[in-house]
Amino acid sequence: MDYLQYLRKDKMPHIWCDGCGNGIILKAIIRAVDKLGWKKDDIALVSGIGCSGRTPGYVDFNTLHTTHGRALSFSTGIKLAKPNMHLIVVSGDGDATAIGGNHFIHAARRNIDLNLIVFNNYIYGMTGGQASPTTPTGKFASTTPYGNPDSPFHISELAKAAGASYVARTTTYHTAKMDRYMQQAFQNKGFSVVEILTMCPTSYGRANKETGETGVEMLSFQKENSISLEKAKEMDEEEIKGKFVTGVYIDRDKPSYLENYQEIKDKANN
Amino acid sequence: MSNNSTAKLMQGNVAIAHGAIAAGCRFFAGYPITPSSEIAEVLSKELPAVDGTFIQMEDEIASIGAVVGASIAGAKSMTATSGPGFSLKQENLGMAVMAEVPLVVVDVQRGGPSTGLPTKGSQGDVMQARWGTHGDHPIIAIAPSSVEECYDMTIRAFNLAEQYRTPVIILTDEIIAHLTEKIEIKPASKIELYNRGKPNVAPEKYLPYKLTESGIPPMANFGEGYRYHITGLVHDETGFPTNDEKEAHRQLMRLNTKFDQHMDSILDYEEINTKNMDLLLVSYGAPARSAKRAMKIMQKQGVNAGYLRLKTIWPFATDKIKKLSRKVDTIIVPEMNLGQIAGEIERYIPDNTEIIRVNHVNGEAIKPQEIVNAMIKKD
Ligand SMILES: Cc1ncc(C[n+]2csc(CCOP(=O)(O)OP(=O)(O)O)c2C)c(N)n1
Ligand code: SF4
Repeated sequence: MDYLQYLRKDKMPHIWCDGCGNGIILKAIIRAVDKLGWKKDDIALVSGIGCSGRTPGYVDFNTLHTTHGRALSFSTGIKLAKPNMHLIVVSGDGDATAIGGNHFIHAARRNIDLNLIVFNNYIYGMTGGQASPTTPTGKFASTTPYGNPDSPFHISELAKAAGASYVARTTTYHTAKMDRYMQQAFQNKGFSVVEILTMCPTSYGRANKETGETGVEMLSFQKENSISLEKAKEMDEEEIKGKFVTGVYIDRDKPSYLENYQEIKDKANN
Repeated sequence: MSNNSTAKLMQGNVAIAHGAIAAGCRFFAGYPITPSSEIAEVLSKELPAVDGTFIQMEDEIASIGAVVGASIAGAKSMTATSGPGFSLKQENLGMAVMAEVPLVVVDVQRGGPSTGLPTKGSQGDVMQARWGTHGDHPIIAIAPSSVEECYDMTIRAFNLAEQYRTPVIILTDEIIAHLTEKIEIKPASKIELYNRGKPNVAPEKYLPYKLTESGIPPMANFGEGYRYHITGLVHDETGFPTNDEKEAHRQLMRLNTKFDQHMDSILDYEEINTKNMDLLLVSYGAPARSAKRAMKIMQKQGVNAGYLRLKTIWPFATDKIKKLSRKVDTIIVPEMNLGQIAGEIERYIPDNTEIIRVNHVNGEAIKPQEIVNAMIKKD
């Protein structure tokens, strides 16, 4: 497939480091769009701030780089004003669940018709490797020099509990699954979340060498330490510890915000 | 449809909501806060009936975010709040200034700082409206003094936003917001509405931040064939981020001077007896009603008082103040803060012109006699 027709070639080279996983996710987004035959004019790609937040600049859609954590709010406005547009929101783990955590759970509660791709690299990449809400306990970051005392969020469980109608989780190693989940997410009505474990060798890898130091080592670590939801069901808590559990967390039929609001409009016009 | 105005008894906040509908507002996102909530309540009923959208968001940050998004997608959009919520909106307000997105923010001022005096009037956000978001930036803020102006100025706010690609703040206050009085509503045929200038070039030629003669680049809506990039980062004419110092200077100077050649259309005031006067009253919002009464009392007492009511607060009416201040040796400035506009006036008047400040920050309205007394005390 021809990626170049979707990219802004004159904006290359991109700012991402060697071994960064962000490009793998970007390619998967493009493949899903291509597969579904979405027109570039009809797509808005929206981000907050962070390394992941730079994704929109490279793609030939309607692109919006907002403020840190707020991409879902801006996207809510776009979607409600132009319901026929396809909204893809990209967000880092900090962007989505620290500063943007409130918008994240409320977008899920509303089941608003947005597709959120979370680039989960366990760290604040752009600002130089500080701890994020998904940094595992004990791991190192520039603000956790003695190891992280905090407990991490499970982004997919959070999205599911808050009401999203589609939630899936995988890694940058599992590209075939990434393709499948993204297509499912994009076709789902309501709020869809695809959480992808990605590599930040520059900050996370360097500080936590045991999980891989280079991009390639980190990919191998993803491969060796991921298990499927089905498998996890047969394991006890101790065995699951430290594993990244992938799969479709929820795929449910539920009225979306747009559908609900159409009913409001109908009532108002009666 | 009738060609005549209709008279109605209406509350200030309700008039803002109906003014918004008349202006073509089709998207509102908000978060409840006294004394602004009636605006959201009315629009939650009216918007879906005109195929618009009302949404109650999780906070004020999300509200203005959604409003920026809806405007980028082409809907005339508004949010409404009061001091604490206005503070939360500041970061995304700056994003809208930087990206030059038309929208309207209503700030129904209440006593501050912090939660302050939730049910009482204030004009404490005058400087927050000017400088609340970080960085040098242009902004338009307008202040109604009557319920009819709540309606008319809301229409004007949308027009200014669309004409000049900018957020516009309606700085009203609890007193005007909860005042009920008679208003004349103009028929739709007599209301002039502006819509943002759309690009008239092919999409591949479109420059969203072009250095145009008017200073206001045309704006394409998302989803209409012009695929471009919008960012809060400093950007060049194409909309993509730049770190080039010359380019940053060029774009930021265009941004910061973009109202300069349009001041005649942006500035608006009411002036009475300012040709030959001995004393000048300058006021805005609710206290301007008392200032007008005070002027009449003074005139009855033989004092030749003039009156200037600022309907546009920002940008500031610098030239007007410079001109009028030369005619008098005393300017009285009643306002429900500790002199936010008086301080601004002070920057532009001759050294020998004295400013008398009449200030309340306790929520109590300023009475005409207090203003008169302030003059007498000085004599
Ligand atoms: C209001 C605000 N606070 C802080 C920042 C600084 N900042 C920029 S990106 C970022 C975190 C990025 O981490 P994440 O969201 O996980 O994305 P990544 O860079 O790892 O892709 C922070 C704190 C900011 N831009 N705005
Ligand atoms: S700092 Fe990390 S997340 Fe950011 S570009 Fe580099 S590798 Fe990627």
